[in-house]
Amino acid sequence: MVATSSADVAFPEKGSAVTSILKKPSVLPGFGLTLGFTLSYLGVIVLLPLGALIAKASGLGWYGFWGAVLTPRVFAAFEVSFGLSLAAAAVNAVFGFIVAWVLVRYEFPGKRLVDALVDLPFALPTAVAGIALSALYAPNGWVGKPLNELFGLKVAFTPIGIAIALTFVGLPFVVRTVQPILQELPPEEEEAAVSLGATRGQTFWQVVFPAVLPALVTGFALSFARGVGEYGSVIFIAGNMPGLTEILPLLIVIKLEQYDYAGAAAVGASMLLVSFVMLLILNILQHWMRSRHAR
Amino acid sequence: MPASSSASALSDPAWMRRLLIATALAFLALFLLLPLVAVFAEALRRGVGAYWTALVDEDALEAIKLTLIVAAIAVPANLVFGVAASWCVAKFDFYGKNLLITLIDLPFSVSPVISGLIYVLLFGLNGAIGPFLKAQGIQIIFAVPGLVLATIFVTFPFVARELIPLMQEQGTEEEEAALVLGAGGWQTFWRVTLPNIKWGLLYGVLLCNARAMGEFGAVSVVSGHIRGYTNTMPLHVEILYNEYNFVAAFAVASVLAMLALVTLVAKSALEWRFGAELAATRHK
Repeated sequence: MVATSSADVAFPEKGSAVTSILKKPSVLPGFGLTLGFTLSYLGVIVLLPLGALIAKASGLGWYGFWGAVLTPRVFAAFEVSFGLSLAAAAVNAVFGFIVAWVLVRYEFPGKRLVDALVDLPFALPTAVAGIALSALYAPNGWVGKPLNELFGLKVAFTPIGIAIALTFVGLPFVVRTVQPILQELPPEEEEAAVSLGATRGQTFWQVVFPAVLPALVTGFALSFARGVGEYGSVIFIAGNMPGLTEILPLLIVIKLEQYDYAGAAAVGASMLLVSFVMLLILNILQHWMRSRHAR
Repeated sequence: MPASSSASALSDPAWMRRLLIATALAFLALFLLLPLVAVFAEALRRGVGAYWTALVDEDALEAIKLTLIVAAIAVPANLVFGVAASWCVAKFDFYGKNLLITLIDLPFSVSPVISGLIYVLLFGLNGAIGPFLKAQGIQIIFAVPGLVLATIFVTFPFVARELIPLMQEQGTEEEEAALVLGAGGWQTFWRVTLPNIKWGLLYGVLLCNARAMGEFGAVSVVSGHIRGYTNTMPLHVEILYNEYNFVAAFAVASVLAMLALVTLVAKSALEWRFGAELAATRHK
């Protein structure tokens, strides 16, 4: 509304080639102060310590770095962390979409309460979630006992337990990314599809779903990324058996406790690298989907 | 007849509505509600007496105190940063702005354990500047400053990322009017900008505080788990749990769970009451 017009006033040269090199002119004060403070704070709190990680990892040299990372134990932890995070993100994509759909499209008693509950994993400390899930799914727990007695299924201290913890922490990412997109979907598009003779199923799969898909992929990616780094909610339910239920963040902690700082830095840096590459791929995929939907 | 057929094609049949609602509610009950209920059930398993004894335990009280101290430093620090960062990002147009926004969001995509690790590598005894600080008698790792730094790192983006879209949407017109009418810079900020962003600011502080008090992975790496000295509440929960003192572990956990519930209620209240003013924040 007013925002766009005021932006034009503040930056009269917007869009024109003649601008100052670093900053467009503005009558508002405080640019130097706030930018200076922001950059210093960012440098001290975030960039300098992350630089220390990179420096420590690269201090190992090329062979030292890969020697520390390409061990069977680290490799297994990579498989556990990335594989189970993908599984949990997939579960969240399906059920998170259903939850978002139900919250946007249907009316039912207690809807607001359910809506607020979705954010619980954001608010509940991970250690609390961890011990609660561990107690629930232990062989004598409320859920673990019937699962064990009826199906012979062991959840706590197995990879399934890790996937459940990662599902818990990742769920709100999918719901909260899909929900606003679903809310703002213009009803005209569906009406048009229906008036052209589409069935409900066709309308959903060919009109609604493609419009929501990019958001769903974003939610999936966020849930996945969160899962890879997650520590507190996992370690209590995981059992932490090297090679089987040992996640990457725990391996970093173990290396630190053994004073293997360089090894910890190498695993940490490689973890950041792999997450970064996977998120990049997902971003490209999403960009491709968006441009395809726009056509 | 055409009317009814188009209505049925625009909305889902009743059986499907019921099925989807039931699926969603069952999933949320199993994955979200049940763990929450379990915390309180396990905490009260041996009765209210045992619960209370666990809470007024000296180490538990020390942990509560330390958690409050850490949050009391980390949250205001990130509050000041968040306001400064969103002022320069939202009110001005400059080269490299998108890069700056990406860097501000960076701590969200770093594993909590790595967030702790980086401070150990920097300030630890084998770290880059740890030995120098040690010679000056300053200890950061395995001490309170390390806890504060790690907490600041993991809660770094919360206030800024709430305020940036909100202030971008509000533009600069009102501030320009104030300046034209003769107000000073600080006066403009306190009288014009702050009233406009106060609910978004509160929203960000709320989320920042919940994470600051509940953070586990990052502080676990830098704390060294020294009872009564570097043990925050989440770390105390871990120690008690690993000692098989389940009632006490869940008792301390229940306090954190209550904090989470209060946060959710306050957050929902802000969204319902001031939804329009927070709109930019919520639909980014």
